[in-house]
Amino acid sequence: MQCYLPADVPLPDPASWERQFWVHCAERRLMFQRCADCGAIRHPPAPACAECQSFADAWISATPDAELYTFTVIHHANHPALRDAVPYNAAVVIFRSLQNVRLVTNIIDTAPEELRIGMALELVWEEPVAGRVLPRFRRANLLARR
Amino acid sequence: MRANQPCIVGIGQTRYTKWGGIADASEIELACRALVAAARDAGLPVTEIDGIASFGDDKSEPALLQAALGLRELRFSSMLWGGGGGGSCGAVELAAMAVETGHANYAIAVRSLAQGQTGRFGRYDPNWHHASFIHPFGLLAAPQLLALSVRRHMHEYGTTQEQLGAFAIACRRHAQRNPAAVMRERPLDMATYLGSRIIADPLRLYDCCLETDGACAVLVTSYERARDLKMRAVPLLGAVHGSSKGWSTGPLGAHNQPLDRYASTGARSLARDLYGRAGVTPNDVDVGQIYDNFTGLALMSLEAFGLCEQGQSGPFAASGAIEWPLGRLPVNTHGGCLSEAYIHGLNHVVEGVRQMRGTSTCQVEDARVCLVTGGPGPAPTSALILGRA
Repeated sequence: MQCYLPADVPLPDPASWERQFWVHCAERRLMFQRCADCGAIRHPPAPACAECQSFADAWISATPDAELYTFTVIHHANHPALRDAVPYNAAVVIFRSLQNVRLVTNIIDTAPEELRIGMALELVWEEPVAGRVLPRFRRANLLARR
Repeated sequence: MRANQPCIVGIGQTRYTKWGGIADASEIELACRALVAAARDAGLPVTEIDGIASFGDDKSEPALLQAALGLRELRFSSMLWGGGGGGSCGAVELAAMAVETGHANYAIAVRSLAQGQTGRFGRYDPNWHHASFIHPFGLLAAPQLLALSVRRHMHEYGTTQEQLGAFAIACRRHAQRNPAAVMRERPLDMATYLGSRIIADPLRLYDCCLETDGACAVLVTSYERARDLKMRAVPLLGAVHGSSKGWSTGPLGAHNQPLDRYASTGARSLARDLYGRAGVTPNDVDVGQIYDNFTGLALMSLEAFGLCEQGQSGPFAASGAIEWPLGRLPVNTHGGCLSEAYIHGLNHVVEGVRQMRGTSTCQVEDARVCLVTGGPGPAPTSALILGRA
């Protein structure tokens, strides 16, 4: 599959408490960790809840109201896998109705000059290596959403 | 001044070069040379050093320094956690705590970096915090991660590329007077700045600090002991290190710092504690040595430490306020990490001491209070304030 970045860019190598996030991604479900006791959402995943220190967790689905919070367009590749990929963007996405989540990702199908902070985004899944699935985003088709 | 007040009594540094420029001395040897230079500066036999502190995973272990230099008795050794330059001022704080509590008589903070031998920080590091959540998206180095914060600062406050450039140019100007600066005789103007290649926009080449080889050290003892030494003691009025909730997954990690202060260094509470401890206010600061890994982050540090209003660091820098000799708050009078050397900001402490002694190559007249900040981005970060005896 042709993906936004080459397949040999370092893929997730999660710690034990981060693994479930990526298991969900492999199932093409974007889910965030939520405290099973107080309900606080946290990202990146962590062994305990920063609000109530509970070690019990559950998972909650991302909402479809993603928007671009900030971005950079990278021109200098600092890894051999990215030498032919520059310029590419990296972005932080927030979800209007999900508190406390800032998700690092890329915005596909969008020229650098079209990137705007606040633009509405929709989730797309990319699978650079079989079974390894990454959440990326593109400009939301607002008409389709209605 | 009370007898156990920690004072800086010696500063030492090796030659500074572009990374890879020092091939004939190991990082350990450079650290040893910095220790010897600082002890000589103080007029103290180097073998009397009995405390060693460092940061940023420095490899110059006290065991090796003691073996090489024949230190008589090591009584204190400590390393501040966290990578990069976050711990520059914190390492001095550790040395000062050892002195203040009587655990050591002469404690030294040292940083040695020969990047040509041991690797550059701009390279991909698989052990980065929260790597799984940033590396797959092509964020593999500090400038790329921190560009996200700088872009947001521009969006929220209208900070411009030229304002970032003003910070880089001020540092470069100051470096022209500093014989040790790697970028001496390499002046920088706005046209050159704006024409430089983009690394991770909005950060261009000259927004990014140098990568260099060299070492420096700062020797701390009590005011009581300082009176028997050669140099005028520079009191450490206060020092802090730490991080606030939400900031340990911050700008150099998964970017989950709190939204209300997202485009900042997160050091506001640290600054409050520092001024409280030192008994001074931001208005008292005469000169600043502000950690400049990247221009945009240095600007945000000016805001966090109250040297200008939140969001106003861009216009503040562009107004000339940070330039020696006419600005009201000259910053990085040695050239900073952008133009002197990248000794992870311990060189900023060294320059702060020079300012308080009156021996800087860009000496601020009658300077009595100097603020030094550590690397913004990593957690913990740190800062300190120097005064005049």
